[in-house]
Amino acid sequence: MKRYSAFAIAREGLRQHTGWERAWASPEPKSSYDVIIVGAGGHGLATAYYLGKNFGITNVAILEKGWLGGGNTGRNTTIIRSNYLQDSSAAIYEKARSLYETMSQDLNYNVMFSPRGVMMLAQTQHEIRGYQRTAHANALQGVSTEFIGPEQVKKLVPIINIDGPRYPVLGALWQPRGGTARHDAVAWGYARACSDMGMHVIQKCEVTGIRREGDKVVGVDTNRGAIDCNKLGVVVAGHSGQLADMAGFRLPLESVALQALVSEPIKPCMDVVVMANTVHGYMSQSDKGEMVIGGGTDSFNNFTQRGSFHHIEETVRALVETFPMISRLKMLRQWGGIVDVTGDRSPILSKTPVDGMFVNCGWGTGGFKAIPGSGWGFAELIAKGDSPLCDEFSMFRFREGKFIDESVAAGVAH
Amino acid sequence: MSTRLAKGGRFLDKGKPVTFTFNGKRLKGYEGDTLASALLANGQVMVGRSFKYHRPRGIVASGAEEPNALMNHGAGGTFEPNQRATTTELYDGLQAGSQNHWPNLEFDVGAINAGFSRFLTAGFYYKMFIHPRPLWKHVYEPFIRQSAGLGKAPKEQDADTYEHFNVNVDVLVIGGGIAGLQAALAAGKSGAKVLVIEQTAHWGGRAMVDEPLAEGRIGGAPVDKFVEETRAALEKMPNVSMRLRLMGAGVYDHGYVLGYERLTDHAPTAAGPRHRLWRIRAKRIVTATGAIERPLSFAGNDVPGVMLASAVRDYVVNFGVSVGDRVVVVTNNDSAYLTAIAMKKAGLEVPCILDARPEGGGALMQAAQDLGIPVETGKAIAKVKGTRRVTGVAICVQAGEGAVLKEIACDAVAMSGGWSPVVHLWSHCGGKLTWDTGHAHFRPDVDNPPRDDAGEAFVIPVGTANGAMHIALALEDAEMSGRAAAKAAGHKPKPVATPDVTSPQEAAMEPVWLMPQGAPYELRMKAWLDFQNDVKVSDVQLAAQEGFESVEHAKRYTTLGMATDQGKLSNINGLAILSDALGQPIPQTGTTTFRPPYTPISMGAIAGEARGAVFQPIRRTPMQAWHDAHGADWEPVGHWRRPYAYPRSSESVHDAVMREVKNTRQALGLLDASTLGKIIVKGPDAGRFLDMMYTNMMSTLKVGKCRYGLMCSENGFLTDDGVVARIDEDTWLCHTTSGGADSVHGHMEEWLQTEWWDWKVYTANVTEQYAQIAVVGPNARKVLEKLGGMDVSKEALGFMEWKEGEIAGIPARAFRISFSGELSYEIAVPASQGLAFWEALMEAGAEFGAMPYGTEALHIMRAEKGFIMIGDETDGTVIPQDLGLHWALSKKKDDYLGKRAQERSHMADPTRWKLVGLETVDGAVLPDGAYAVAEGTNANGQRNVQGRVTSTYHSPTLDRGIAMGLVLHGPDRMGEVIEFPGVDGKTYKAKIVDPVFYDKDGEKQNV
Repeated sequence: MKRYSAFAIAREGLRQHTGWERAWASPEPKSSYDVIIVGAGGHGLATAYYLGKNFGITNVAILEKGWLGGGNTGRNTTIIRSNYLQDSSAAIYEKARSLYETMSQDLNYNVMFSPRGVMMLAQTQHEIRGYQRTAHANALQGVSTEFIGPEQVKKLVPIINIDGPRYPVLGALWQPRGGTARHDAVAWGYARACSDMGMHVIQKCEVTGIRREGDKVVGVDTNRGAIDCNKLGVVVAGHSGQLADMAGFRLPLESVALQALVSEPIKPCMDVVVMANTVHGYMSQSDKGEMVIGGGTDSFNNFTQRGSFHHIEETVRALVETFPMISRLKMLRQWGGIVDVTGDRSPILSKTPVDGMFVNCGWGTGGFKAIPGSGWGFAELIAKGDSPLCDEFSMFRFREGKFIDESVAAGVAH
Repeated sequence: MSTRLAKGGRFLDKGKPVTFTFNGKRLKGYEGDTLASALLANGQVMVGRSFKYHRPRGIVASGAEEPNALMNHGAGGTFEPNQRATTTELYDGLQAGSQNHWPNLEFDVGAINAGFSRFLTAGFYYKMFIHPRPLWKHVYEPFIRQSAGLGKAPKEQDADTYEHFNVNVDVLVIGGGIAGLQAALAAGKSGAKVLVIEQTAHWGGRAMVDEPLAEGRIGGAPVDKFVEETRAALEKMPNVSMRLRLMGAGVYDHGYVLGYERLTDHAPTAAGPRHRLWRIRAKRIVTATGAIERPLSFAGNDVPGVMLASAVRDYVVNFGVSVGDRVVVVTNNDSAYLTAIAMKKAGLEVPCILDARPEGGGALMQAAQDLGIPVETGKAIAKVKGTRRVTGVAICVQAGEGAVLKEIACDAVAMSGGWSPVVHLWSHCGGKLTWDTGHAHFRPDVDNPPRDDAGEAFVIPVGTANGAMHIALALEDAEMSGRAAAKAAGHKPKPVATPDVTSPQEAAMEPVWLMPQGAPYELRMKAWLDFQNDVKVSDVQLAAQEGFESVEHAKRYTTLGMATDQGKLSNINGLAILSDALGQPIPQTGTTTFRPPYTPISMGAIAGEARGAVFQPIRRTPMQAWHDAHGADWEPVGHWRRPYAYPRSSESVHDAVMREVKNTRQALGLLDASTLGKIIVKGPDAGRFLDMMYTNMMSTLKVGKCRYGLMCSENGFLTDDGVVARIDEDTWLCHTTSGGADSVHGHMEEWLQTEWWDWKVYTANVTEQYAQIAVVGPNARKVLEKLGGMDVSKEALGFMEWKEGEIAGIPARAFRISFSGELSYEIAVPASQGLAFWEALMEAGAEFGAMPYGTEALHIMRAEKGFIMIGDETDGTVIPQDLGLHWALSKKKDDYLGKRAQERSHMADPTRWKLVGLETVDGAVLPDGAYAVAEGTNANGQRNVQGRVTSTYHSPTLDRGIAMGLVLHGPDRMGEVIEFPGVDGKTYKAKIVDPVFYDKDGEKQNV
């Protein structure tokens, strides 16, 4: 792999950019791999990357039905934070956040991680108490957060209205090292690094069946033929249920559309990420200048990657109330992503009833921020059979009633 | 030099001159101008700077597809960035300014980027700014953010208002060109309810400009006659509504369409809302959205003065504006000849028409030549000369590599690369596209339409939006589809005569994706695809070279089509270049996804009326005004507001709370408890139903008695609590928490409607039908006895009993329940008499020390008494067993919601944290939400914990900090001291104690 650098750009600029190679190879599938990862989104690619980097397992294929990074990795609002309440959540999200800090250097690909700070507004007494609890928990979890007052909120976000007549801002949970990253670049950077390790990133390759011998997985059927494997990691978000069905078990997941939108670009006016859970909306400003806005999920199950408009209305209403100046900005584009949601709204990183088959799904509305941590833990789970980052996220927890419920800390989402 | 012509301009009212400013300069226009036409009339071709390289940018188009002419308007509360000049109607006093430059439009420091454009290719930022790490956040990113971003952020609160409007129609026709009007006529004559909407201020669309130039006629008359007659006919129909300045913004499932009406953008001093968001439900949607002309990709096609050929003639015909004195026309199809004809007829010079087709065009070419305009076939533009304004073009052979044949001086270029139907609305809800080889464009694949719940197409494209590129075809298509739409909506349409149409047939166009065909890199890196985002042919080719082969990858890597015009001009050209680079046909590459809205719509319109105090409805109890008048400090609880406390002048909120607790415990407190949920459950199976909803046995409750009940989710977690009273044999009244009333009611209904639909039970949420007042304290009985009417003695109304009657002449139900540990009555009266009753209590209670108390005093008193609070002791992860509420879990029942879940292994785990009281060793107040630490760390390096604080207060009764918490093996560790590190750096030590701090034996409440 030729390294990217300012020098490389200068060199190529002088020779009409003829020297740039493919960012990732486009190989034909082999007949067999040590590990097959289904799903070349952020989580799948990160899993493959850490299998190679941490465990030296590089005879790996990552199969993707469409184009890599085309699911929720390329549809989210790019927020990265780890101010979660429950220990197991805080552990994996903080692992992810800390890996984001050095991801550009690790991958030699600028993923534009920008630790600009994330704040979650408290607009009711109940929220104040919830976030104070989170701040206490975070302090013991090694996650750096603090509860700040309304004046400090206003100082960090001059465009905010803290004196709204309906829900004045009473304070906020502030994570100064949270932020955003360029979502596509995360997928592309991992894909390039995986390809460089000799892994096969195979797009337009749809898994149509899972082959077993007894209780053990031995391979997959695809639209490009059967491929053998020793271990199989399924990382396909909203379609996890279908893959599980192919293997003969069920997953406790529902798929719903999550709506997002961007405004037209404007010059920098908001440096931090703001989430307002009482009124249901969150907003940050991208490097292009667009205000990136997200809200709640539709209340009906759906696979169409679009969705209804009423959530957009609700979200924009909330944000116009919180940031009155956006009233005179315009919505440029809205889109939907299909998120897979579990009973306790926490993910599943787990062994399955099929020996050698593992699932990583259920990230719901908050998967992007977890990508590197999820890949790190899931790679360990696949390679070694267990991982402290994943242990609590077993799919069998629902049978035991051992939920990991973040709803107390995050009324809406991410 | 662009200028106003002496004649022409069908939109203008030359009797009404208008003054406006651009970058502070006073300029003149006419009513009927757009900002773009008025700027051109004043010689202002360059109007902005591009996003990345800050290249000079001129007006390119005349409509919604404009990528460059983005302005800021207004000042203060009406300042708005990124307004398209081509769709801004001029008004007197308009203040416009150009964007994305510093210090000014003519001299822009950011243009230094253009000098490095050789290096700043697609995606360069992914490849650099990697080291050293801190520089990204602190240096590189701020610089990139500052140079991107286009318009400035508004600073002030929006001075305008907005509104929403809902409408149901049979047939919605989007687009008021001839196809839309004809379709509306066909549908309207069936009697169907029809709404026709047009985004501009004029009916008739493109045909009004093009057909007169082509000498096309409808029914033997000029097109404007047909348009006027059709419009008038539609206007007469009572079942048809017509709206201008109303854009179809988005199409969603089930025939839901979003319309965006700009009411006062053209007349800002007019009264009323600025924008109106239409929420339209249509049985059928006819999209008559026309087509958009494509640019051609040649070097320097972004220089100000290079425009779409259709826009050039629009400015001449509609606004009497010439974009230049000498206009070179370059095309691959016949339509651009109309531009040459229009210019010539206006007395302007067209030095030549470059037609890339070796054979040239058809009848229109002949017509142009007859006017003496030279036509050069098989020719192309090698390069445009000029930087801030076109000064000439270098001509070459289209089939070659750009060797210059000659140069022609000119001050504008009119280009046409063919036409793309506007398929956005068709595609929003899943309509598929098909590639039309003849016209080299995507058009709707009518065999794969967006379908309704019956599997039928609910969007019907017509006219040029459907690829019917000749006026005769468009009218025929519109007539047929208009009828089909009405029929599908349940009406009986009659055929409408399609008028005779004469208009020249066009010769076949030839796709030209790069000009010249073999352009070398130096030309390709100057051939723009996306003018706003600075994406060039060479960028898309680089994306393909680097493996960004999916059209979505190429888009995201190059930012092609991601600007504010969403690729209306660039997308098809870009994916043709990508397809060529990948060696695959265009349909195989496909398009990116079309997403709403069609053009950007204001956030203000989306938010609508709901802002400020009416952002969300406020629910008011009957006593709200009294609380306000008596200094209530409000706390939002759901959509309610409740008094947190009633601080008196010079009293802090904290002091008020302390006073309210003491007064209630020692004398008499009154609480407005009207917000508590009240749900009537009635019917022969009501008892059985409540036995399932509550963990307690409710069916055995005697009439006249009350019982405290717990509700759990299916997963066993405690979700709500409240007192249930049995009203009569088959009626129960269930009290819920204030925030829980609606969700509890919904929860009940969900079970009744989905699982126990055959049980004879009705539920009704009567929360707002009653005002409820808690009369609390040692003097509670005295004040009620003074008011008189009901025997409230211990014997007549015992603890956990209720009774109906009159108090102070007001019909009332008195519940003998207590959430404070004091002697307490909760009295419900009709909401209409709530205030009167409250005032009567205050007056009669004066001698007994009556004072109102708020929610915080309520919380403290319940904590002193060891009562749990939903939302404090519970958070969705706590089961009744954790809280020592085993007594409320019926052992006699086979089942209740949550019972089976509570038997799961983790629920029965003895290591679950259990409720205890906590007393700080030094009497301080424990920090809210603090965790008790245990030894060591877990496998992920986090500090081990063994409990947490769930409620914590300063108790005025005990004059010390008290708290409740959940602690590992807590009830077995009474007296043990555990440590809670605070986020303030201090460590708090607290002793585990019984959670009941006050009146353990209940002697106070049972008097």
